[in-house]
Amino acid sequence: MMIRLLTALALLACGTANAAEFGALQADKSTLAFVSKQMGVPVEGAFRKFTAQIRIDPARPEAGHARIDIDLAGSDAGSAEANDEVKGKSWFNVREFPTASFVSSSVKTLGGGRFEASGKMTIKGKSLEMRAPFTLRQERGALILDGTFPLKRLDYGIGSGVWGDTSVVADEVQIKFHFTLK
Amino acid sequence: MSMATTRYTTTAIALHWLVALLIFAAFPLGLIMSDMPLSPLKLKLISYHKWLGVTVFLLVLARLAWRAVHTPPPLPETIPAWQRSAAQALHYLLYLLLFAIPLSGWLMSSAKGFQTVYLGVLPLPDLIGKDKALGDALREVHEMLNFGLLALLFGHIAAALKHQFIDRNGVLARMLPFLDKEPS
Repeated sequence: MMIRLLTALALLACGTANAAEFGALQADKSTLAFVSKQMGVPVEGAFRKFTAQIRIDPARPEAGHARIDIDLAGSDAGSAEANDEVKGKSWFNVREFPTASFVSSSVKTLGGGRFEASGKMTIKGKSLEMRAPFTLRQERGALILDGTFPLKRLDYGIGSGVWGDTSVVADEVQIKFHFTLK
Repeated sequence: MSMATTRYTTTAIALHWLVALLIFAAFPLGLIMSDMPLSPLKLKLISYHKWLGVTVFLLVLARLAWRAVHTPPPLPETIPAWQRSAAQALHYLLYLLLFAIPLSGWLMSSAKGFQTVYLGVLPLPDLIGKDKALGDALREVHEMLNFGLLALLFGHIAAALKHQFIDRNGVLARMLPFLDKEPS
């Protein structure tokens, strides 16, 4: 009886430990978007093709890890014309650098339900340290990560040459992520 | 006849010529920019075009409000009734287009996913959401209304010149008072 009870408790503990970590991305409920400013006009765009390998336990977010890979050819910059343009050499140069990636190195708790992932962002062959604050929320058995952070496009040489004029397209681009994990 | 009854008020004259000037800038700008490949210059021109459009829209509202409380000077009695009716119809259509064209441009921008931010600082609300098909349709509407405006302006200018140089009846001087000073 005692052994059976212990076994049951152990199984339960095991079960909760497994359930506490989320790692399966729900692609249809996850988005990676960005907002650029053109002549002061916020223009919505999105990275339609990406993979995200995220493992996070809401009880211990600090132990979490994330790797995001973006297929830049699937970038939606707001219009057909712009989609063609951003694939070109002066923007993402997808022929030479088809993917952009973010690999986390640590996650810290900021308090008030907010966390921050630090890691390396690699775009156009250039890697820079990046911090992305996010929130966690559990909903119907899923864990939802939401965050926004600014990225300076010129740090990575995105939109060089004539497009380097930040009075037309601002240097700062807001990256917005929404990941649903199960 | 006193000056007060033979010419438009200074405010009406200023609004008329200012709107005319802005339209003569915005119209070719619209034609040029829509044929340009994407570039920083194109983005600038699109913004300038939209700012001009918003300005025209506001000035036309001011013009209509002013006109509502200031009756335009009467036409010379020598002008036949059919011409009076034609002139009135043409003016109503002009006002309608000067109102509808910026509005269609504003809606078209919203449907295409580009908000209008007046002078780069004042965001106008998006009255409709992003919808590619609707954006393309509104672009057609915006273009058609503009060619309608072009036709009306052609008639408007031709009629003004006819009054000035053929009928010599002083109609143009109501909107260009300095013409009045010349001996007729």
